[in-house]
This record gives sequence, structure tokens and C-alpha cells, in this order.
Amino acid sequence: MKWNTNSNVYTFVYAIVMVIIVAFLLAFVSSALKNTQEANVANDTKGQILSALRFDKKAVDVQATFAEKVQDKLFKDGELVPYEGNFLTSYGQAIKDGELHVFEATTDDGVKYVIPVTGRGLWGGLWGYIALNEDKQTVYGSYFYHESETAGLGARIGESEFQNRFQDKQVFGENDDIALTVVKAGSVKDEAHQVDGITGATLTSNGVAAMVSDGLSKYADFIGAPAQGACCGEKSDCCAEKTECENADCPERTNVEQ
Amino acid sequence: MSKLFSEENKAAFSNPLNLNNPIAVQVLGICSALAVTSQLKPAIVMGLSVTVITAFSNVIISLIRKSIPNRIRIIVQLVVVATLVTIVSQLLKAYVYDVSVQLSVYVGLIITNCILMGRLEAFAMQNKPWPSLLDGIGNGLGYAWVLVVVGFVRELFGFGTLFGYNVIPKFLFDCGYTNNGMMVMPAMSLIIVGCVIWAHRAYNKEEK
Repeated sequence: MKWNTNSNVYTFVYAIVMVIIVAFLLAFVSSALKNTQEANVANDTKGQILSALRFDKKAVDVQATFAEKVQDKLFKDGELVPYEGNFLTSYGQAIKDGELHVFEATTDDGVKYVIPVTGRGLWGGLWGYIALNEDKQTVYGSYFYHESETAGLGARIGESEFQNRFQDKQVFGENDDIALTVVKAGSVKDEAHQVDGITGATLTSNGVAAMVSDGLSKYADFIGAPAQGACCGEKSDCCAEKTECENADCPERTNVEQ
Repeated sequence: MSKLFSEENKAAFSNPLNLNNPIAVQVLGICSALAVTSQLKPAIVMGLSVTVITAFSNVIISLIRKSIPNRIRIIVQLVVVATLVTIVSQLLKAYVYDVSVQLSVYVGLIITNCILMGRLEAFAMQNKPWPSLLDGIGNGLGYAWVLVVVGFVRELFGFGTLFGYNVIPKFLFDCGYTNNGMMVMPAMSLIIVGCVIWAHRAYNKEEK
């Protein structure tokens, strides 16, 4: 029997059958691969944290090293308590909920604290991990990555060449505010606090700068800085998000895009 | 065997590489050619992913071509492409996580690549699966080589690197050579694609 492929009934039935088949196929693929994918993401997150601690995540056994060296802790009521939930793979929401994760690591160079930070770049989200030395005053290492920054430009924040620029920088400036920042490529004036940005990716670099100062100021109690000082004053970028910044010296939000 | 590689089938494979190149002649798929070519590695991975997906979607559409209702054929084609892209992206995430992170948004962008729909509509709807497979691979590779050329030029002159390794010797920089910042801008890839098209047409004119 020859079907009339132009009839309405045939078209409808064809469309319905096609959609059902495709839906089952995709649902099957998705559920079959879900566990593997989640394990990959968790493993990758651990690798990122190890990267901030100057491990080469491609060279070490991420699972084993993480389990051996790093402890997932929460900063609560002025002290670090062990975290007992499932390992998280993104920390933006946790920080918003006031759940401040700190990864305490024992490395060959002593005790380090890794702080997760999240922010926005030019096209999408950014995140990173900043490892501080035991005195919490200087940066030991850092790791950043992005959702969808431009390949070859903003995406270079994911390269160790950029991340290594943060090493040994100081977190606090003279007035106990967070002075660690990223400046436009080639315009570093203050070697101790400023990190050279990426040529051709000023907006992504600004995003990293805002993420770092914003992220660290959320952990102000932990790293021991005045909570307010960090966000008011010259730092107009991060003022916009802050409702508690009602001081007169907090300038109107200037457009971050240049 | 001889039938499988008849003149016609060979042409289905080799035409898109040169005389009927999707980018240089038909000027399709330009959008992604601009977006992913600032460095060589994403350009190559994108080229290969598109090749795999054009090949498979061509075969699938060709297999069901006689049953597809004419009035919703574009929708059917789109569903096939979108399903394939989703499955490929899920597989990448599960088994080669590093590559999927590297590709990030580009995998999704493949759905919007005009070459795919163009080949499905123009070739797979009228031809048998085997020539369709060859046509798909040919078009994918024809797209890939232009991407690689553009990525090569842009990475070399824009960053002084290839695959991330420095290739421009240091003494040139000491003599005052600098990387061309224009090369990393998307606008420059349009100009390079233009130059590729120019060179390609000039060359093919001599051939004829």
C-alpha cells in the first residue's frame, strides 16, 4: 500500500511519532549518561581546586590527591567546621545563601585556604578558586574559568599563564580594603596588588576583577578585613550590587562596559 | 566496490572540497567561521564536529527521505540535526569531558550552521544514503579546511603561536615585531575569509 505523504493525517501522525521517538531517545541518552557526567563534573571541580593549589590537575590523580590533601569546610560563627553534605560543583548559590565554603588544604608549602568566587564576564558566568596562604594576606594560587568567553581573548583567563599572575599578590591595600584587582593590560602601577589583564579582553578582565574583590569581601570575616571598606569608595563596579553601601562616597554606578 | 566509488560518488565527495566549497563558493556557514577561528585548535575541533554531524544527518535524512511529508520536511530535518547535536554533546560530556569544556557553546552552534540544512535540503532529500554520506563528509571537510586556514593565519599573526605554542622566534620580537591585535578581532576573520575566497576563485579560473 502506498501512503499519501501529503495528506494532513499522515503529516500529523508523522510529526507525533517523530517527536515521541526523539523524546524517548534523548531521555534515554540523558539518563543513561547522567551519572558519568556528574562524576566528571565533580572530578573536574576538584581538579580546579587543586589547580588553585598549584597542582597540575592533568598530572595528578585528582580524586586521590583531593581526598588526601583537601578538606571541605564551612566558615560558620567565626570558625571552620567540617562540611557534611554532598560535594558541590558550583558555589554561587551557596555563597548567596550564606554558606561559606572554605577548602583547607595541607600542601608541601604549608596550610592553604581555598575560597570559591563567582562573577560575570562579558558573555556569561565566571567562576574561580583563590588559594590564600596561611596568614590569609597573600595569594598562593588561583584558578578561573568561564561559561562562554570569546576563544583566544576572554577565554584566556582559563589558562595557567594568566592564573599564575595572581601568585604572591597581596590581598589588602593600605587602608585594609581589598586591593587585589585586575587592571587593563599593560597598565600595572602597583605590582603588589594589581594583576595585568588580558589584551583585547578588557571586559572579561574587569569581570575577573569584580569577581575577585566581590568574592573576597564576602569572606571578609574569614580573611579578617573590614566588611564594608572593601566595597565602597573608588570601587564603583561592585557598589552597584550592594544595597548596604549607602555612604555618600559610593559613586553612582557607571557603566561597566567601555 | 567500483560502484561505490563511481565518478558520481567521487564528485559528491570532492566537489565540496574545492569547486563547490560551502564557504568559498556557496558562502554558507560564515557565522561560525567568524566565531571559532581565533585559534587553531577550536577551529579544527569545530570542523571535525560539523563533519561528523553533516555525515550522520545526511544519512538519516536520506534513509527516511521517501517517508517525510513534504510540508514539514524542514522541521523534520531540524529535529534530526538537533537530536544528533544533543546526543553528541551528551556523549562528549560523559566520555571526553575536557573536549566538551573546550567546545562549550560551539557544539550547540552547530545546529544553526547553514551548511547542514543546505545539504539536507539540496542533497540528502534526493539521493541514496551512500552518496549522501560522502556528500556530508565532503562538505564537512570543505568547511573544515577553510576554518583551519583562517585559524592558522589568525593565531599565527594575532598571538604568535600555533596550538598555543610560540612559533615566532624571540629575536623578531626584539627587533620590533609585534603581534597584530586586529587579527584577534572577529572582523579580521571576515577579511581573511574574503582573501581565501579571492585566492580560491583566482586559482579555479586558471584551472578552467
